[in-house]
Amino acid sequence: MSTFYFIAFLSIFFSILVISAKNPVHSILYLVLTFFTFTIHYILLNAQFLAVVNFIVYMGAILVLFLYTLMLINLNKEAEPVKPFMVKIAAVFGGGILAVALVSSLKLLGVSDPVVLKNPDLGLVKNLGKVLFNEFLLPFEISSVLLLSAMVGAVLLATKEKEPKATI
Amino acid sequence: MESLTRTIQAVPLNHYIFLSAIIFSIGVMGVLLRRNAIVIFMSVELMLNSVNLLLTAFSVYRGDAAGQVFVFFIMALAAAEVAVGLAIIVMIYRNTNSIDINVLNRLKW
Repeated sequence: MSTFYFIAFLSIFFSILVISAKNPVHSILYLVLTFFTFTIHYILLNAQFLAVVNFIVYMGAILVLFLYTLMLINLNKEAEPVKPFMVKIAAVFGGGILAVALVSSLKLLGVSDPVVLKNPDLGLVKNLGKVLFNEFLLPFEISSVLLLSAMVGAVLLATKEKEPKATI
Repeated sequence: MESLTRTIQAVPLNHYIFLSAIIFSIGVMGVLLRRNAIVIFMSVELMLNSVNLLLTAFSVYRGDAAGQVFVFFIMALAAAEVAVGLAIIVMIYRNTNSIDINVLNRLKW
């Protein structure tokens, strides 16, 4: 039980560091740590498939993509311009209001049953595969089309346009 | 695994909801605070992840595997979104030599 609270504290701590770090590279590295704590959350919930996928897709692929783009865009020339102090105060205030509203409204709900794992092999690959390829076969295929179109779109967007040739 | 799953037996569902709400709000704060487009993207990823965690917690709570399949779809969607978004950021950088979002205020018209 205390493991959950320790890991939850770490997730909140690292995610605050993500948005407050001055250097974007540090911010990405803190994001890696945040995602690692999320992986531990998944393992605690015995969602082993999601833990592995989170580890590979988020910490492997997406974060490498972020880091690669950041290295490609050489930002070391000038530091990020800071927003005015009042805007920062307003942003923190707005986010804090959202957090307080969500937490207090959920507190009023009063439902607080403990999370009990009724079916221990709920999050295993065998069980999830059966669900994924029976009920969710069509969305699965559509998501593959989505990934293909995203790949084509990214390549199309990121390629440099050729200079239009001078017509005779 | 048996000992790991026993550790969550006593965690109330509310605490998972609070954790996700707090991390979601931190993501919203990051979007409002920062001017670097890449950091804003990372805050969006943080929000997506908090929703993923909440879906998994509810899936375990209800004993229904559909929630975890949904998390899988959200991860596929996040990968597609990041690929297209970072391509757009690279293109913006190539055209304006900056990824400060305030440079892009001409998009308003």
